[in-house]
Amino acid sequence: MAFYRPAPYQKPLAGILLLALLALPTVLTAFGQEFYIGFATRVLIFALAASSLNLVLGFGGMFSLGHAAFFGAGAYAAAICLNSGISEALFALPLAMLAAGLFALLVGAVSLRTRGVYFIMITLAFAQMAYYLFVSARSWGGDDGLPLPARMTLGGLPLAGDAALFYTALGCLGLVIVLLGRLAEARFGRVIQAIRENETRMEALGYPVFRYRLLCFALGGALAGLAGALLANLSGLASPNLLQWTQSGTLLVMLIIGGVGYLYGGVVGAVVLLGLEEVLAGFTLHWHIGLGLLLLGIVLFAPKGVAALFGKRHD
Amino acid sequence: MTEPLLDVRQLSRRFAAVDALKTVNFSVEAGEVHALIGPNGAGKTTFIHHVSGALQPDSGSIHFAGRDVTRRSMHQRVAAGMARSYQITNVFRGLSALDNVALAVQGRADSGSSFRFWRPVRCETALFDEARGYLAQVGLADKVETVAGNLSHGEQRALELAMALATQPKLLLLDEPMAGTGPEESARMVELIEQLARHVTILLVEHDMAAVFRLADRISVLVNGQLICTGTPEAVRQNADVRRAYLGDHL
Amino acid sequence: MTQLILEQALNGLQFGLMLFLLAAGLTLVFGIMDCINLAHGSLYMVGAYFVAAAAQAADSFWIGLGAGVAGAAVLGLLLELSLFRQLYKRDHLSQVLATFALILIANEAVRMIWGAQPVMLNPPEALAGPVEFELFGDTFFYPAYRLLIIAVGLAVGGLLYLLVAKSRVGMWVRAGAANREMTEALGINVQRLFTAVFVFGAALCALAGGLLGPLLAVQVGMGESVLILAFVVIIIGGIGSIRGALVGSLIVGTVDTLGRALLPTLLRAALPADAASTLGPALASILIYLLMAGILFFKPQGLFPARA
Repeated sequence: MAFYRPAPYQKPLAGILLLALLALPTVLTAFGQEFYIGFATRVLIFALAASSLNLVLGFGGMFSLGHAAFFGAGAYAAAICLNSGISEALFALPLAMLAAGLFALLVGAVSLRTRGVYFIMITLAFAQMAYYLFVSARSWGGDDGLPLPARMTLGGLPLAGDAALFYTALGCLGLVIVLLGRLAEARFGRVIQAIRENETRMEALGYPVFRYRLLCFALGGALAGLAGALLANLSGLASPNLLQWTQSGTLLVMLIIGGVGYLYGGVVGAVVLLGLEEVLAGFTLHWHIGLGLLLLGIVLFAPKGVAALFGKRHD
Repeated sequence: MTEPLLDVRQLSRRFAAVDALKTVNFSVEAGEVHALIGPNGAGKTTFIHHVSGALQPDSGSIHFAGRDVTRRSMHQRVAAGMARSYQITNVFRGLSALDNVALAVQGRADSGSSFRFWRPVRCETALFDEARGYLAQVGLADKVETVAGNLSHGEQRALELAMALATQPKLLLLDEPMAGTGPEESARMVELIEQLARHVTILLVEHDMAAVFRLADRISVLVNGQLICTGTPEAVRQNADVRRAYLGDHL
Repeated sequence: MTQLILEQALNGLQFGLMLFLLAAGLTLVFGIMDCINLAHGSLYMVGAYFVAAAAQAADSFWIGLGAGVAGAAVLGLLLELSLFRQLYKRDHLSQVLATFALILIANEAVRMIWGAQPVMLNPPEALAGPVEFELFGDTFFYPAYRLLIIAVGLAVGGLLYLLVAKSRVGMWVRAGAANREMTEALGINVQRLFTAVFVFGAALCALAGGLLGPLLAVQVGMGESVLILAFVVIIIGGIGSIRGALVGSLIVGTVDTLGRALLPTLLRAALPADAASTLGPALASILIYLLMAGILFFKPQGLFPARA
């Protein structure tokens, strides 16, 4: 184990990527492929969600199979805000983060008292519980989900256009990546990585381990909530399916493909998985099998994931 | 008569059908080196686990620096001034010796909170300077950048000690610091503990009798979970029960 | 009213026993091999499909059940030899990823072969009707088929108990669940033990899937929802413990069934109709999770943890 350190070419590469993304909507429109702006936004949102899981799992070492619950909670929070007249993103997005974060705090407070396989299953169970709760909540749309009357406005400007939402999502993702990068090298990041490595030792050094883990878990949940709120804006709906454990599995798969514990692991994973979906779905209706086989291949032959090429987690 | 720094009263603990500790009454005076000896399986490490907070007793109480810490968690006791080293080396093998000790320094209450999210730790030179100091104290000044996993066994034991020291404890619990070390490293460890004893109270669990008799102000003997004798090294050496318990092996 | 409660109680018992078939295999795989198998629900699904297909081909429920279970056991064997053996040495993350992939493949493969519509599986002719019996001076009716399920469940439970608690193999299994390294050190061919446990688990899944097939729909994705319940059972019962799996399944089965049947009615008596109609179903569906959280609060290792 070693503390996270960004590879030297990470910043210039990220800079290039950012420039490319800034130009993307214009380029796509020029080629008449506006449809893909929405797709790109979706990728950005899932990159954000997977990155939030990266904080919890990659840096914090907490294997949660219920992360989608916070993703979905954020979506519902956004939908409820808009249905209650709060349409300004500068209020609604932080509110969604707060709601998801509080939810994560509650789940974490109970779950983090367990370890190993128990923790995995308990987070799974709680997420599923949340799913059932939302499905049976008829005032929030139940099975069909809660539709959003319109998209949010950002500082008064409506996010109705595809490009506007794209840039908002890009901005959020960028901020979160910067935050995670700084966090990983700051005091909190060191502590959380050391706890991941040897929690008894950290306890014996005077660190209140539970508190650090809980905060990390809650922070990850809040960031997932942000992604969920953005997704609700994109699809116009907060669906209970977002909370299903299979959704947690998808986020996990993205992260593992991209590389757990590498700063851009979530981003790379989202791009690869959603990109693959898009490509494979064009070939056959049964592309899930191809995806499944690919995942098996990765587990058996390339366990470190794609992003292992882009950033050093180990010295 | 001043209150002892560590006061353990009537400590008892059962594991399934076995009485691991039976109403142990034990105290450590401030400033002394108190050694705890006993045959294998006597319960010494279990006792240390209870004192440090890793385990909870079935009955009895533990008082540290005048306060009842029986229900306090491990990290709370560390914050109160209790530090321990482990019998089986428990350092972060992938981190450098410096990073290991820096973590210990960072964990101290007076180093400031670790709920900080922005400033990279490598910019905190004060933290690392202090860590270097502790490494120098244990004789690892020239190994600061070495990855802990690459240190020799004796050097890793010294690193354990440095980490415990970095928490600036009032009481140091040393669980077999000489375990697995050769004669040279052993001797160095003994010298080190002697130096430390000048400003830290030490509770030492050890099998190396030569070291124990050289270092200890008082010795307590634990056999089958019971404390059978406490006294000066000479008194313990003469004690008939102790001789019987050890079958004349070491004494 | 008594008819309702009795009926639901028996349904709960029946559901619980079927959950036990699933949970038993799962808890052993967790307990002994420390391997997370998300695809356990897929074995249940594929087992059900095998049974349905065989029953249709042979025009007999019993032959279908036998053939389906045998087929699932073979599938389990192939999976264990090819994939799971590699997974035992890997970390939980890899196991989750690989078994998640298996779910994707299984769901899609089933869809390809049998289509997206549910498949028919009929109970045996002889048991299609209700059984009449006397209790407390009243006459009650209960479907004969469900009684069969209860009987099979109890029989398997008894067999498992004998196997695990009284036989030498069972002793190895319990030892393996408590301390794997030590069991290996004692010279037990752990490799073959693992395979046997896994295959047995797959067979139990198929049995449950085949028995429940006539009651629930045999369709794609039927494994996922039941998998979560199996997890809850194991959390409550304790990993690696057959006894825990049995107790846990009975608790989950009865609480869930009775809760869904009675809670809305009870709430309607206590709360205004509006609140009751929203709260009722919601509370009923999360009841077992609340129960799980409650049990965990007092016993974080479950009721009967196999490991110290």
